[in-house]
Amino acid sequence: MTRGSDGMDARAGRVGLLACYILVIVATVIIAVPFVWLVCASFKSNADFLLYPFLPRGEGVLGVAWDRLTLDHFRSLFREAGVGRALLNSLVLSSVTAVLATLVCAMGGYALASLEFAGRRLVSNVVMAAVVIPSPLLIAPGFQVLYRLGLLDSYAGLILPAIAPAFGVYLFRQATLSSVPRELLEAARMDACGEVRAFFRVVFPLVQPMVAAFLLMTFLATWNNFLSPQVVLQTPEKMPLAVMIAQLKNVYYQDYGLLMAGTLASILPVGALFLLLQKDFVTGLTSGAVKG
Amino acid sequence: MTDAPRSRFAPWLMLAPFLAVFAVFVAWPLATSVVLSTRQTFGPGTSRGVGWGNFEQLFADPLFWRALRNTGLYTVGTVLVQLPLSMLLALALNHPRLRGRAFFRMIIFSPVLVGVVFVAMIFTVLFDKRTGLINQVLHAAIGWDLDFPWLDTYVIPSLIVATLWQYVGYNMVYFLAALQNVSPEMREAALLDGAGPWSRFRHVVIPAIRPVATFVVLLAILGSFQLFELPFILLNGTSGPDNRGLTLVMYLYQTGFQTGDLGYASAIGWALALVLGVFAVVQYSLDRRGVRR
Repeated sequence: MTRGSDGMDARAGRVGLLACYILVIVATVIIAVPFVWLVCASFKSNADFLLYPFLPRGEGVLGVAWDRLTLDHFRSLFREAGVGRALLNSLVLSSVTAVLATLVCAMGGYALASLEFAGRRLVSNVVMAAVVIPSPLLIAPGFQVLYRLGLLDSYAGLILPAIAPAFGVYLFRQATLSSVPRELLEAARMDACGEVRAFFRVVFPLVQPMVAAFLLMTFLATWNNFLSPQVVLQTPEKMPLAVMIAQLKNVYYQDYGLLMAGTLASILPVGALFLLLQKDFVTGLTSGAVKG
Repeated sequence: MTDAPRSRFAPWLMLAPFLAVFAVFVAWPLATSVVLSTRQTFGPGTSRGVGWGNFEQLFADPLFWRALRNTGLYTVGTVLVQLPLSMLLALALNHPRLRGRAFFRMIIFSPVLVGVVFVAMIFTVLFDKRTGLINQVLHAAIGWDLDFPWLDTYVIPSLIVATLWQYVGYNMVYFLAALQNVSPEMREAALLDGAGPWSRFRHVVIPAIRPVATFVVLLAILGSFQLFELPFILLNGTSGPDNRGLTLVMYLYQTGFQTGDLGYASAIGWALALVLGVFAVVQYSLDRRGVRR
């Protein structure tokens, strides 16, 4: 290659890098603006909401009228609208569902990955087939089943159907296959360690990244679930945040500050949890798609 | 020796919770759903048999076709707009000399964590006439009509915009993971051969990310066809003016839980399953052909 074309390549490389930066920065700004706007809206009085797209302008630091910001929306959210109760409901529902689902799926995935037994192929096929069942198909008949079992309007009716997702069993089967060496299990068995003990002592720690990812995924899914609680629950006091916030919209449809404060209060806990478990989450998310 | 009986039962013991829940809450409803789709029900308790009637009625039901068309349009829009953008962002973020990658990736990914209900809440206000940020920005930038009623006129495009905001980062993360599969040797070889960016993308990157890409496309189609919460909340529980926001799952919900006909809702569920099944089969056979080639 000649020097001239080298220089051209370098220039093309620099232009390419610049284009990449522009693209990524524009995307980041567009993604971030609604969040910034949401936070501003939650702390603005409704009068200021109409006057300023972001923070009210004034004499304060950075040209913002900080003293015009208010916590009123959060106060009325917790005092009048009863969001505290819904927050607690969501917390309990999501934690219980996430822990049980992780346990059930990890045990099932381990059995399918490393235990020999007649019927293993059949169960594996059932799991694979179940992964592709579209969930809306089960809404109407599932409601009827819950009605027959007397589980309508109960948390059991919401939690039980959610703790054995076939996709979870599949994920844990993959995780066990790729990170639990056979020799280690053999050794544990030689030491006359029962299967259940082997699972908790040997397997569980080894698939720990998947445990964290799956816990978070299930917690998020339950926290954000809207359709199932809407169908299963009837008592307003039992409703989780997602349903409650959506209902606020019909009651306080002009109180934008209140609605945005409610939304902010609902996504903050999840954001905090994500920051804690971030690394594992992306691993878990992509492990279904990218094989070995 | 003492271990033998224990390990014979151990697998079943470990699978028992999954199998029990699966039997009661997946297999049983799935089986009853077949029966249910041949009945007209009045709430969960009472019903009468109508045979193929539900499906005949569904076929002649203009609302069903409307819902199918809306959902299809939304799906096509989502796939055609979102996935190329996700791919482009992944390619940009994958540039070896780009700095601050972790930060950018986290921000772009973050809306995924926001539940669709809360995304709908945010966009309810963003799409608002006069006070909504979207019209304000468009008004300031290109003099767009400040009173433009997004959710009355352009329901499906609005849904596509909100979905784009929420999920562009999700698909980007998949593509990023796939780009790690592109071997540096191949890339360098192509560079030495003097291949330009486009032909490098076409001949080196695409073959390497093909499995993940088809997976992402299928996932996007399956997800889009199950659209419910976003329009349900944006349109205040209605299907919008002239049913412009009616989706298949929304129609299923309306017939099953507002009209109380779980039978007809089940028929809609099977129609949806059929459509998704077709996509899955098409994707699978394309994938197989790709592998053979």
